[in-house]
Amino acid sequence: MSGGGGSPLLRVEGLRSWFPIRRGLLRKTVGHVQAVTNVDLEIPPGSTLALVGESGCGKTTVGRSILRLTPAQSGRVLFDGVDLLSLSRRALIPYRRQLQIVFQDPMASLDPRMRVRDAVAEGMRSFRIGANETERTKRVARLLERVQLDPDQMWRYPHEFSGGQRQRICIARALAVEPRLIICDEAVSALDVSIQAQILNLLGDLQRDLGLAYLFITHDLGVVRYLAQRVAVMYLGQIVEEGSTEEIFESPQHPYTEGLLAAVPSVDPDRRGGMSGVEGDVPSPSDPPSGCHFHTRCPVVFDRCRSEAPPLFRVGASTSRCFRAAPGGG
Amino acid sequence: MSALLEVEGLTTRFPGPNGGVPIVDGSSFTIDRGEVLALVGESGCGKSMTALSLMRLVPKPGRISDGRVLLEGRNLLELPVSEMRDVRGSRISMIFQEPMTSLNPVLRVGEQVIEAIRLHEKISRGEARARALNLFVEVGVPDPEARLDAYPHQLSGGLKQRVMIAMALSTRPELLIADEPTTALDVTIQGQILRLLRDLQEQREMSILLITHDLGIVNELSDRVAVMYAGRIVESGNRTEIFRSARHPYTLGLLRSNPALVAAGERLPEIPGVVPSPADWPAGCRFRPRCRSAFDRCGREVPGATRVGEAHVVHCHALEEDRPVGERA
Repeated sequence: MSGGGGSPLLRVEGLRSWFPIRRGLLRKTVGHVQAVTNVDLEIPPGSTLALVGESGCGKTTVGRSILRLTPAQSGRVLFDGVDLLSLSRRALIPYRRQLQIVFQDPMASLDPRMRVRDAVAEGMRSFRIGANETERTKRVARLLERVQLDPDQMWRYPHEFSGGQRQRICIARALAVEPRLIICDEAVSALDVSIQAQILNLLGDLQRDLGLAYLFITHDLGVVRYLAQRVAVMYLGQIVEEGSTEEIFESPQHPYTEGLLAAVPSVDPDRRGGMSGVEGDVPSPSDPPSGCHFHTRCPVVFDRCRSEAPPLFRVGASTSRCFRAAPGGG
Repeated sequence: MSALLEVEGLTTRFPGPNGGVPIVDGSSFTIDRGEVLALVGESGCGKSMTALSLMRLVPKPGRISDGRVLLEGRNLLELPVSEMRDVRGSRISMIFQEPMTSLNPVLRVGEQVIEAIRLHEKISRGEARARALNLFVEVGVPDPEARLDAYPHQLSGGLKQRVMIAMALSTRPELLIADEPTTALDVTIQGQILRLLRDLQEQREMSILLITHDLGIVNELSDRVAVMYAGRIVESGNRTEIFRSARHPYTLGLLRSNPALVAAGERLPEIPGVVPSPADWPAGCRFRPRCRSAFDRCGREVPGATRVGEAHVVHCHALEEDRPVGERA
C-alpha cells in the first residue's frame, strides 16, 4: 500500500525548527526551544501518515513548518520533488494550493463574520478557480454536498452550525482549491464520539474518491490505528519510531511507543488493567535530557542512553531511535 | 454493599419556554459505598450539570426544580445552606477537568491545601502542613516538601491534577465526584492519574462518581455505568452488562462507532445527525431523530424503564415492544 516503491508526494528531510528564547534588554538569545530536530517523513500519494505524540512533542510545529507557517532553520520539504523551503514567497503560491490544513478548532479557523459561501469560495478566488462568482457559488454548493451539508445553508454564518458541521465547512474550504495533501492537526480531537465517526468516514471517502494524502497529527491512538497506513511517533522534537501501523501496534520497538500504547485505556470488558504506561513528566523542550531524550522516563534505560544520543536504527521495515534496536543489541 | 447516595428524579432547569429547559431531566441512580459509577455521555448531555446539582452548585439562572438527593437517607436538597457547606467540604469532594481554573494562581499550592484542611477542622497550621505533606506523598507528588511551596504555574498539568486530588481528599470524603479528570491531560499522564484514582478508591474505600465521555476510561475504572443522552439517563447497568450487552440504540451506537473497536478500512458505524441543543430537544424519546429503530410511539411518549438484567435498565420503546433494536441500516 505504501512505504517503498513509487516516489513520495511529500518527503521531509532533516527538518529543524527551533525557537529562540530571548532575555534581557538587548533581547539576547539565551537558549532555544528545540521544537523539532532532524525530522524525516515520507508520504506517498493517496496515503495517510499519522504523526503521534503528546503535547509539546513538536508534532504541530512539523505540520506548520511544512506549510511554512512557521519558519524552519534547516532541512528540506520536498513536495513532488520541489523543496518548498527554498522557494521564494511568490514561487510558493502554487504549492499553497496543493497543501491544505484543517485545525482542531473550526470556530477559531472560520471568520465569524464571513458567510459559509464566502469562506469556502475565498481560496477559489485567490487561485482563480471558477470563471466568476456565480460559478464559484455553484462549486461551493457541490462542495457542501460533498461534505454532507445542505447547500441551502451556504448563506449562514459559522455560529449557526454545530462543531461537527463547522469542521465539515473547514474540510470543504480545504477541498475548494483541489489539494493533494491535507494536514489534519487534531482535526477530530474536539468532536464528540458520534460526530468523530462521521468526520472520519468523510475523510476516508474523500481519500478514496479524490486520491488525497493526509498527514494526520493526533494524540489519539485509537484514531491512528483505524485510519493510518504508517505512523511516526514523536517525543521531545524527534521521531523516535516510524513504521507501518500494524508493526507499530503489534510490535512496537521503542520503549516510548510501548508506554504510549500501554497507557491507552482498554475498551475490552474482559481486559482491564491497561494504563500501565510511562512514569514521570515530559521534560522541557528548551532543555532536553542528554543522550536519549527519553532516558529520564525509560523503564529499560542503561548507561549508554544517558551520554550518547541514539540515531534511528532500522528494524525490519520500521525505524527506532533506541540502542536496543542497534545491530548487536546496543 | 449499601447505598451511599440515592438520586431520585433529579431535575435541573434553566429558563426557557414551558417552565424552563430541563438540562437534567428526572435522573435517578444510586452509588453504593466503595463503588465507582461512571456517568457517560457526549457534550451537553447534562452529565456535568448532574454533578453540580448533587453539590447544589448549579450556576444561576439554573435551579433544581425536582427530585431528591439522599446521602445516607438525608435529602441534601432540603439542608440549610450552612449544613450543605459542611457536606460539600467533608463528605463529598469534587475535582474538575481544568485544575488550573480551580487553583488560585497567586497562592502556593501547599497553602491552598492547608487552607482547605483548616476550613473543616480546627487544627494548627503545623499539623495541617504535616497532613498536606502526607497527602502529597499519597497522591504521588515527587519531591513533595518542595512542591508544597510551589505556585500552580510551576507545576505540570499532571502535577496540578494530583494537587487537586490531594485537596479533594484532605477532608476524607466518602464520595469523590471526578468530572472529566483527565480530559486535558496527555495519554501517559492520564494513565498515571487514572491509576492513582483507582488505587486511592481501593485504599480509602471511597465511592467515585466518574463523569467522562471516554468509554476506555469507563471500562478501566467503573463498577457500574449510566449513559446519558440529552438530559436523561437512557441506560444503566454493570460495566460488563453495558460493554457486552448494551441494549439502548444510543449506547450501541457509541460503542460501535469507537475507532479503537473497528478494523482499519472498515467503515465506522455512524450515529446519524447531530447532538441536539436543549432548545431543540424533541418530544417523546429525545434520541428518536437519530435512531434507526424509532417508530411512531417514540415521538409521542417518553420511554419508561425496562429491566433487562439484574441491575440493567433501558429506556427504549422498541426494546419494550420487542422490536429489533440497533440494527445497522
